[in-house]
Amino acid sequence: MPDLFEWLCRMGDNTLVLGHRVSEWCGHAPVLEEDIALANTALDLIGQTQMWLGLAAEVQGEGRSADDLAFRRDAWDFRNCLLVELPNRDFGHTLMRQFLFDSWHKLMLTGLCESQDDRIAAIAMKSLKEVSYHQERSADTVIGLGDGTAESHDRMQAALDRLWPYMGELFQPDAVDDRMTRQGIAPDLAALRSGFDAIIADTIQEATLVLTDSRFAHRGGRDGSRHTEHLGHMLAVMQVLPRSYPDARW
Amino acid sequence: MTATIQQMWEWLGQVPDPEIPVISLVDLGVIRSVDQVGGEWVVTISPTYTGCPATRVIEMDIQTALSARGVAVKIRRQIAPPWTTDWMTDSGKAKLEAYGIAPPQPSGGPQRCPHCASTDVEKISQFGSTPCKAQWRCRDCLEPFDYFKCI
Repeated sequence: MPDLFEWLCRMGDNTLVLGHRVSEWCGHAPVLEEDIALANTALDLIGQTQMWLGLAAEVQGEGRSADDLAFRRDAWDFRNCLLVELPNRDFGHTLMRQFLFDSWHKLMLTGLCESQDDRIAAIAMKSLKEVSYHQERSADTVIGLGDGTAESHDRMQAALDRLWPYMGELFQPDAVDDRMTRQGIAPDLAALRSGFDAIIADTIQEATLVLTDSRFAHRGGRDGSRHTEHLGHMLAVMQVLPRSYPDARW
Repeated sequence: MTATIQQMWEWLGQVPDPEIPVISLVDLGVIRSVDQVGGEWVVTISPTYTGCPATRVIEMDIQTALSARGVAVKIRRQIAPPWTTDWMTDSGKAKLEAYGIAPPQPSGGPQRCPHCASTDVEKISQFGSTPCKAQWRCRDCLEPFDYFKCI
């Protein structure tokens, strides 16, 4: 069962880490409506995390819970892609990261609805409704800010240039992914690329932004081998309460 | 006295949604089935949004309401098929509108302003005060209102 556990952690850690990052905006967004939108997006992602990590804990069979996996693992045990652990920076950067992740996430979940594992297909079908809504909003916002003022355009272009090299990791399957695909549990990551490129190209063009031709890709998040230095700091904040007061109940 | 299935549904129909108390949990469409399994009542619910904090309150409210009738229940969560606003009852939709929340529409936006019935409405934000709602505004009476998202 280690493959399935590993793979479920990849799904659950993506939504957990991005959910936490997005929640950092709560009370800080530029306008009230955006604050609420970001908080709601974070809430959906944390809800999805409970399902993915809940199933991961169940298949692991060591009596751990989703909370144990979220709060009692350290950076090297996290299996999220590097993209989601990057700091929020400005609002445009946060929304560009969201748009890139949402666009991949939506395609991935669509593929997972056909999973041979009914438990995974059920989580995917439930999550897809929420993620389609996220993607619609993040794409709209990328267009609005890209095709906005000179200032917002430049910030969105800078965000795209900075984040693009982190996308490749999500389309490069390793041995675990290959085995999941062969068993009919998950779609082939490499095969999602053309659909993704088409969605991105349309939105980026409408946003009057320019996509680099480079396919250089940072990697090391999905197998935990080379997380960025940002993840440890984020976990320190996210885990401080349960680590300081283990087994506290309220 | 043992409860009948019909009574169980009647009682559940009196449990208000914790966030939008004008509609019941049955109106909301989250109660999928009520069964008696080996002498034990099992209520199956489908959560609306995965991260909605109301889900746990809903479970607690069901337990409380039914235990007040002398019935102990086990609650089962079911995520597939996923909850959809199509499961909301017509009376639930009418109650929402009377309360000032525009009910879900397949077109993806409110049919009319719940305050003045004008169809000249615009979206303020895709998200609102709870995961299930978006913020809209009426261009005639100028009042903002919640729209129950159609999913």
